[in-house]
Amino acid sequence: MEIIAEGQGELIGWHDPDENRQWIVEHKSRDLRDKRLSVPEAVAQFVHDGDFLACGGFGHVRVPMALVYEIIRQRKRHLIMAGKTAVHDVDILIGGGCVDRVEAAYTFGHELRGLSPAGRRAVETGQVKVVAEISNAGYQWRFLAGMMGIPFIPSRNMLGTDTLQHSSCKVVQDPWSGKPVCLIPAAYPDVAMFHVPRCDLYGNAQIDGILVEDFELARAARRVIITTEEVISNEAIRAEPWRTAIPFYVVDAVCEVPYGAHPTQMPYLYFFDEEHIGEWLELSKTPEGTAAYFQKYVFGVSDFAAYLELVGGGQKINYLQRVMHFQEPMQAPWLKNKGGG
Amino acid sequence: MPEQATTYTPTELLACVAARLLEDKKSVFVGTGLPMIAAMLAQRTHAPNLLIIFEAGGVGPQVPVLPISVGDARTFYRAVAASSMHDVMSAGQAGYVDYGFLGAAMIDMYGNINTTVIGDWGLPKVRLPGSGGANDIGSFCPRTIIIMRQDQRRFVEKVDFITTPGYLDGPGARERAGLPTGTGPYRVITQLGVYGFDAQTKRVKLFALHPGITLEDVQANSSFAILVPEKVEVTRPPTVEEQRLLHEIDPTGMAIGK
Repeated sequence: MEIIAEGQGELIGWHDPDENRQWIVEHKSRDLRDKRLSVPEAVAQFVHDGDFLACGGFGHVRVPMALVYEIIRQRKRHLIMAGKTAVHDVDILIGGGCVDRVEAAYTFGHELRGLSPAGRRAVETGQVKVVAEISNAGYQWRFLAGMMGIPFIPSRNMLGTDTLQHSSCKVVQDPWSGKPVCLIPAAYPDVAMFHVPRCDLYGNAQIDGILVEDFELARAARRVIITTEEVISNEAIRAEPWRTAIPFYVVDAVCEVPYGAHPTQMPYLYFFDEEHIGEWLELSKTPEGTAAYFQKYVFGVSDFAAYLELVGGGQKINYLQRVMHFQEPMQAPWLKNKGGG
Repeated sequence: MPEQATTYTPTELLACVAARLLEDKKSVFVGTGLPMIAAMLAQRTHAPNLLIIFEAGGVGPQVPVLPISVGDARTFYRAVAASSMHDVMSAGQAGYVDYGFLGAAMIDMYGNINTTVIGDWGLPKVRLPGSGGANDIGSFCPRTIIIMRQDQRRFVEKVDFITTPGYLDGPGARERAGLPTGTGPYRVITQLGVYGFDAQTKRVKLFALHPGITLEDVQANSSFAILVPEKVEVTRPPTVEEQRLLHEIDPTGMAIGK
């Protein structure tokens, strides 16, 4: 098949489909066994220096923050991040010195809150390399191909643009229509991490609200760590099997972490903690401030429960729940910078 | 005639002009910020059955207050479906989404958008967030509407990086590249006016000026020559009712201002 155009981006997380099948055969158990671990155990066991890492959720929604903080606490290094509309996780991990490379669909911005000081500083000084560009649908379809065990997904986005030029995609002629078509290569992250509302001890996980690309990402990744608001019984999973978004056989570890997405939003449960996100955005403007943030909220606390106390404890959580349910207005430090027109 | 607002901000005007472009009983992919406000305003005025779709999976919501991002739970409040990116992006690629609504950092005379880097890609002067869903929306939608601020650094001859395809290098280029036929940028809305694209050359062409803005203002705030038709419309200012709705939609003023 003739290649019409070829992106120059680095091909991250790709495997020959037979090689990945073999890896799954050898490493993924079909056994219903108790996979509960503590957050430090799960990170120590399944996240390694140099891994290609992806987090579930989207932007500042349903991000597995307890695991993100633990990666910083354990001083993991040289990670490659999937910037699949990954914002707060990538920014914090870059600030923590854990990341060398990023494949970017949407990163380095905090949406309405502004651009991310830490992530941008790292890229603009060359400390972190963006090794490939892609679009959101493009990244999602990399995981779809991975989940399906096929080498690529044909698509009609990115064509004709620099996004394609700097991606790892190729353009060929569709043998049926004769038109150029983009081929998006499969991606198999070394580790994917998710925060969910409910999961059983085997790893059968439910997600409320939009799935974003978690369905595909969990099935494409080689290792999957779940943090959950609560561990529920296997009976509860079996009573409503249609709610299982991630099945146990792709999951390697289950950690019970109430409010484990803080300061990001957990749909139906708690809102973004804009005060805390704002503090990060302010402190991360300088390397010294960034270090102070981690000293206070990561190295200075023993675990995620101690961190929650530090950010405001039950009173703060109660407020975030009330904002989620429209019982209180949102407050955000960055709002004062928003002028009219 | 509905009562017109006596004073209004440029942002309020942008949101109203954008909202009026959307049609009832059509579907639209909506990005963060002003595009959301515009779609929500349209739904509360002339387009109650506008099908709003968010790229992270929110489909047909009745959005109560302005979401902070396209993944915020507000984007699937009272929605007909909370699905996935694969679902909605596939719908766009298959032809189910009529309008796309994007912001942009920079645009060129063919409507190509840059939201990736300023300067060299390898070691950029400014690193911007990247495509997000913009490339997908700009590739798939029959009518993509871009809302942005206009000045000489943002309306440029050639963008540093084509993140999202406009008409690429001119007529027929999208089709040659393999993009779906009948797609492309439709309008660009700035604080000075509204632009369309010339049918023959596919270049940015003035469509309407905002009240009090002159042709000279428009040209002085662009690095490329803007095509001007014989007849240029003038946009209608916000009505009192539209203005009230805008602040009801965004009570904290995070996108519309205080």
